[in-house]
Amino acid sequence: MSEKVLMLGNEAFARGAYEAGCKVSAAYPGTPSTEISENIVKYNEIYSEWSPNEKVAMEVAIGASIIGVRALASMKHVGLNVAADPLFTASYIGVNGGLVAIVADDPGLYSSQNEQDTRAVARAAKIPVLEPSDSAEAKEFVRFAFDLSEKYDTPVIVRSTTRLSHSQGLVELNDRQDIEDKPYVRNAAKNVMMPGNAKGRHLVVESRELALMEDGCDFPINTVEYKARNIGFITSGIPYQYVKEAFPDASVLKLGIVNPLPRKLIEEFASKVDTLYVIEELDPIIEEQVKSWGIDAIGKDILTVQGEYSTNMLIRAIKGEKISLTTPAQVPNRPPVLCPGCPHRSVYTVLKRLKIRAAGDIGCYTLGAVAPLAVVDTTICMGASISSLHGMEKAKGKDYIKDWVAVIGDGTFLHTGINSLINMVYNKGTGTVLILDNSTTGMTGHQDHASTGKTLMGEATYSVDLEKLCKAVGVEHVRVVNAFDSKKLEKTIKEAVALDEIAVIIAQAPCALLDKSPASLQNSIDQDICKKCGLCMKPGCPAITKMENGDIVINDTMCDGCCLCVDQCRFDAIKSIKLS
Amino acid sequence: MNTKNIMIVGVGGQGTLLTSRILGGLTISAGYDVKLSEVHGMAQRGGSVVTFVRYGEKVYEPIVEEGKADVLIAFEKLEALRYAHFLKEGGAIVVNDQQIDPMPVVIGAEKYPQNILEELSKNYRLFKVDAITEAKKLGNSKVFNVIVLGIAAQHMEFSKEEWISVIENTVPAKTIDINKKAFELGYNIK
Repeated sequence: MSEKVLMLGNEAFARGAYEAGCKVSAAYPGTPSTEISENIVKYNEIYSEWSPNEKVAMEVAIGASIIGVRALASMKHVGLNVAADPLFTASYIGVNGGLVAIVADDPGLYSSQNEQDTRAVARAAKIPVLEPSDSAEAKEFVRFAFDLSEKYDTPVIVRSTTRLSHSQGLVELNDRQDIEDKPYVRNAAKNVMMPGNAKGRHLVVESRELALMEDGCDFPINTVEYKARNIGFITSGIPYQYVKEAFPDASVLKLGIVNPLPRKLIEEFASKVDTLYVIEELDPIIEEQVKSWGIDAIGKDILTVQGEYSTNMLIRAIKGEKISLTTPAQVPNRPPVLCPGCPHRSVYTVLKRLKIRAAGDIGCYTLGAVAPLAVVDTTICMGASISSLHGMEKAKGKDYIKDWVAVIGDGTFLHTGINSLINMVYNKGTGTVLILDNSTTGMTGHQDHASTGKTLMGEATYSVDLEKLCKAVGVEHVRVVNAFDSKKLEKTIKEAVALDEIAVIIAQAPCALLDKSPASLQNSIDQDICKKCGLCMKPGCPAITKMENGDIVINDTMCDGCCLCVDQCRFDAIKSIKLS
Repeated sequence: MNTKNIMIVGVGGQGTLLTSRILGGLTISAGYDVKLSEVHGMAQRGGSVVTFVRYGEKVYEPIVEEGKADVLIAFEKLEALRYAHFLKEGGAIVVNDQQIDPMPVVIGAEKYPQNILEELSKNYRLFKVDAITEAKKLGNSKVFNVIVLGIAAQHMEFSKEEWISVIENTVPAKTIDINKKAFELGYNIK
């Protein structure tokens, strides 16, 4: 038997692509999908890249597939929205080399702006979806997905969830398959999707759906376990594990393919059990289809469409058992916060002082929405800060947005923010845009992007100059400021919002976590000078605490030496100590 | 053997992922089926984080259900209190005696609970350590989590040698010595 290793779900997805002979991988980072690419890059046989957004990543993979090699795109659920445009048409074109997209949903909203269900998008795009339930299956299902893709001439989605992507389990390793490139032959009727050709391809897509619905009944990735026949469960993915824990003696149909559904297999299973439950996190995708075939089933009538499931939840809902548990202690929440030394905190402290509101975006800086900073008023999706600010201006006039700015990170700006900025220039907006340039994709754990000067594969590359880019699209008023120079930043922001023209301020300082070396400075409060006024605590640095006796102290293991608190103090009570 | 349930809780950035890697390595080298569930992403930015480790003959779900944890390892006091109800009757709770104020406390909207350790010791088998102070004495405050792990190891069925060997294979080469010292220190705290 080959070696078994403990692998994160995302690591196993990457291994699956490797073993399947995948040669090209493109992605944009997004929790919980990021580690797929971070593991793919370890395989020299695969070309892998961070693309500026998911649409681009999907198109890179589609191109590789058309020319005849196996290709992968990976993203989080909301990234699939960005990639939906190419994906829906790739469904019509089909593939040459196998084309697989791994899409990770986030039930429970650990790190996302919504809780959408990828299976619903896939149904609309008429693309098959496979759903593994642990790391071993994550690897195997990706291998199966590539074969399926080529056999049925279709892109295939492998759906993950946070719990699968970020759980580790044992995986048996296999060798990489030697997959020959498929020859490329010009075929406009298949690859050029203009109306006449697309009409023909739509028919192909519909018959493919029917074929998959039929053939899917025999796919080895579905498993049927008949035990007690009084209750049976149809389930897939991570919820399968909860079903097994809660009902070890029940019959279970575990679906490996969840779109299109293997109808006959389901009908047969349903006919053999007395009471049928459908257990799926998020939307009732399986349940509604099963019920539409006239099958009685219980699902969302007793279970939620929100968040993650658990074994206890199923026992309570289905057995009606009261599980007597110790009541959780009532304790203060601990929401995520900007780190000590985070440059975003410095920028937000200035905005707060100036009583300026921010149209926000997606990144760590979204955390500026919560107390004590509370300067971010809106967060929608990647790139929306700039365009929504523009919409506000067009709705209410330029004077209305004199106390508003858009804030967006460097990675997010290059993702889709740049389009919004071009729009603002083109349509004569006068908004102020703050690009919080921390030289990395921070929230997802420091991935490179087009302005960091390095590729995913570690090669040095051209680094997009954000200042020149903004000027090139027509912004004349572009200023670059050190994010920690709060005096200059304040002056620059005041000047920009007062202007009757579009302005971009690039506030630069690297992410505090990017520099792994110990802090060079450490701040401490001289209790004899300190007036206990609490001004230093206004920016909400987690390293500063007020003690029971009223003393304010700085935690020496947390302080990053950014000196934002030193700036805040009016009594010079905070001293910086140089560390060797 | 019944599946064993371990939880590691703390504040994002405290190094829960290293601890779970050590535990994972230990359970597979002992030949168990194992699943671990971690938190990545936004919560890692100073939020409350929890890692689940389950091992046994056959493990299905990757999370530990409430009331089922055999050992709860807490790197911070408030997090110990937050997750204590996950412990089963007779389970052990190992707490690093450190207070990190969450933002609602920092801004004065809520109070940090008092006497957490005393409260916990009333209902659970509590083992506490001021691991940061101990780690500083060893010369690197960052190894505090391995000290805590050393205490937890006293309540699990693996031998000291098995622990040491996994630590050697898991931590960066430069830090093997200090991590081994940290583990020994925790393992010998009574």
